[in-house]
Amino acid sequence: MHIHAYEKLWLAASVLLILLLLGSVTYGAVGPGVAMVSDSEQPVDATALDEDERFSEPRVEQVGENEYAAYVVAFQFGFQPDPIVIPEDSTVTFYVTSRDVIHGFEVAGTNANTMVVPGEVSEITVETDEPTEYGLICNEYCGAGHHVMEGKVNVVSQAEYENQTSGGDGE
Amino acid sequence: MSEAIEGDRTFVDKFPEEARIVRAALLSSFLALVIGAVLGIIQTLHRTDVARIIPSTDYYTVLTAHGVFMVISFTIFFLVGLFTWAVTRSLDRPLIDIRITWTWYAIMAVGMTMTGVSILAGFTDAIDMSADVLFTFYAPLQAHPMFYAGLAVFIVGSWIAGADYFRTWLAWKRENPGERIPLQTFMVLMTMAMWYIASSAVAASVLIFLLPWSLGLIDQVNPTLTRTLFWFFGHPVVYFWLMPAYLLWYTVLPKIAGGRLFSDPLARVVFVLFLLLSTPVGIHHQYLDPGIAEGFKFISMTNTMFLLLPSLLTAFTVVASVEYGARQRGGTGLLGWLTDLPWRKPEFTGMMLAGLMFAAGGFSGMVNAGMNINYMIHNTIWVPGHFHLTVGTAVALTFMAATYWIWPQISNKPIYSRAVGLFQVVLWFIGMALMSNAMHAQGIMGVPRRTAEPEYSGFEYATMFGGYEELNIQIAIGGTLLFVSTILFIGNLVLTMGNPKVSGLAETLPPALSGPDDAPRVLDNLRLWVAIAVTLVVLAYALPLAAIINRGGLLGPGVGTYPVWLAPGLDALANAATPPLAGDAWASLVEVVR
Ligand code: HEM
Ligand SMILES: [Cu+2]
Ligand SMILES: [Cu+2]
Repeated sequence: MHIHAYEKLWLAASVLLILLLLGSVTYGAVGPGVAMVSDSEQPVDATALDEDERFSEPRVEQVGENEYAAYVVAFQFGFQPDPIVIPEDSTVTFYVTSRDVIHGFEVAGTNANTMVVPGEVSEITVETDEPTEYGLICNEYCGAGHHVMEGKVNVVSQAEYENQTSGGDGE
Repeated sequence: MSEAIEGDRTFVDKFPEEARIVRAALLSSFLALVIGAVLGIIQTLHRTDVARIIPSTDYYTVLTAHGVFMVISFTIFFLVGLFTWAVTRSLDRPLIDIRITWTWYAIMAVGMTMTGVSILAGFTDAIDMSADVLFTFYAPLQAHPMFYAGLAVFIVGSWIAGADYFRTWLAWKRENPGERIPLQTFMVLMTMAMWYIASSAVAASVLIFLLPWSLGLIDQVNPTLTRTLFWFFGHPVVYFWLMPAYLLWYTVLPKIAGGRLFSDPLARVVFVLFLLLSTPVGIHHQYLDPGIAEGFKFISMTNTMFLLLPSLLTAFTVVASVEYGARQRGGTGLLGWLTDLPWRKPEFTGMMLAGLMFAAGGFSGMVNAGMNINYMIHNTIWVPGHFHLTVGTAVALTFMAATYWIWPQISNKPIYSRAVGLFQVVLWFIGMALMSNAMHAQGIMGVPRRTAEPEYSGFEYATMFGGYEELNIQIAIGGTLLFVSTILFIGNLVLTMGNPKVSGLAETLPPALSGPDDAPRVLDNLRLWVAIAVTLVVLAYALPLAAIINRGGLLGPGVGTYPVWLAPGLDALANAATPPLAGDAWASLVEVVR
């Protein structure tokens, strides 16, 4: 088969581009161990979340020094808890599941973004810095009220966070 | 391509029966395009809050219909029309039995009508039917059974169409022993082989799970499984839309440019690569899915990046062939030849602009494909920004442009106004540049796709490439230009159909510079390529599918059913799902849903 010299050059350049792309992703994410949404969590029964230890009461919990876990339930058409209050300068792992249909979980303007599938738990870990209020949106169509499905993720100061959790104990 | 087989006779002179079916398929396709465009402008103006003429809950009926009519009906009806033309023309023989041909056309039309009706019924409460599940129909949202049944019927029709092409080719082979498969037929067969592999998964998903479930025969399905089966089909279907456009770029565009295809062997290689690589990549739509191991996502990404190769090769060949055409017409210089191209021809300019936009779409596609950056844009309006460049322009504009060339061949009627045609294709380009660019920009700000009201009450988007509102205006203007362009296209075609028949419109397609004899014989070994393609698919999907079934069970890990098509169902759901915390929000929502 006759291949023109320019054609060969182009072919080589194309293959190089592809390898570079693959390399950059591997280097930029998989290499340093940035965790992607994966199959790390066991399946749950979406129709029986009220019996689930983590999701019967969606909440934020301290699990280590400066480490927090947020158990979030998405449903038609909202998130629980709402707002999700987390402290500044900490590592927060979100465990998100749905009790009905497929939803999205997107902290607007950040790359904290995952699908939420009933029966599965999505795990994503973020680092918080300064106190800020973020919008939380469902970015997967989930029914006629999809556009009203929103929540908030409030990153607050340590002091405010402690204040709130101790206040919340009395409830 | 056989040389000068057409002589002075057009396609319709030689094959009147086939020409009639090509016209029927193209017209079905354009009917879907007009409906899609009307829905497109409604949703554009709604999203951007320029004009909200429908309740926001109906937005999803509009969006489902826009998606299905555009990417299932418009594209695939055009494809079967074009392929019928290409097979008949390049084999220079009629299809084996025109009754079979009409049969598959009728089956496809019936299937699409069933699905279309089930969606549009969502606008009225008078019929207890709707299918507001969008074109991805993710369970456990559930459409009316007719939605799924229609899709299955439509796909079966397309399978019979494929069989029609294969059988016609086999008949030709018996008549012409030892000859190379003509290029256009080769492209058709490769595309259909890919389609059989790809559509098998969605057919299985519909027939084994979704349809029985919507009929109440089974209680629940595994949402990750049906979703994965959808994307098994959902990525290669992208190439099913694109490959007819490639067929036109390879075999018709060089001729319009005044030249000929650069290399027939390389064109074959490209189509073989598409057959091999289109399917084992679907998991790249599920990078953000829980329940699928990262390793599987990584394999899918690797395959995806290699799938860039055939498109990059196409870019080279198309540009080289066009340049050759320009130089034949007297063009000189490093870039000076560009001025010697037939820019006044709508079929030429349309296809070139489509190709240009495809290059831009390729870049945003590379971003989508990167597992890490994907987090930034997944399910934002960036994604529709991307695919309106690819399927919405590279494919759609090529189809419209090609129609200016092909319609006279299949009807003996000259185009009503070629000047309007030229204006129309340029207008599409401008409209899409505006709309798509602004969609990409909003996507980076985090504005989601698939929503009636992307403005939220609790927060505001950060301003980046111009404010949110400003970008909305760009989207609205772009969408309006696209709508006008579609109407001009259809109007021009309808007026063309009213033109009297004339003679002397025949066009021939010249053979490639480097012809099929330069291509290794093994390229034509369809069995071999199909076998390799199937092996790759099995390698890519066996483990993920087994893992998904293992985790959630064949019928799902305790997941409910959420029909969008029964009003009483909606009420029950509203009552059952009311959360303790969100009482107020819920009350206002039930208002919204009404
Ligand atoms: C008249 C020109 C068009 C206009 C004004 C238009 C407008 C739009 C808009 C604004 C959206 C985003 C809606 C949302 O996510 O909320 C959309 C979605 C979409 N469009 Fe178009 N579009 C046009 C033509 C096309 C064409 C030609 C195709 C394909 C051949 C196409 C395929 C799609 C698909 C597949 C979706 C996604 C549907 C979904 O998310 O389920 N559109 N369109
Ligand atoms: Cu939603
Ligand atoms: Cu894809």
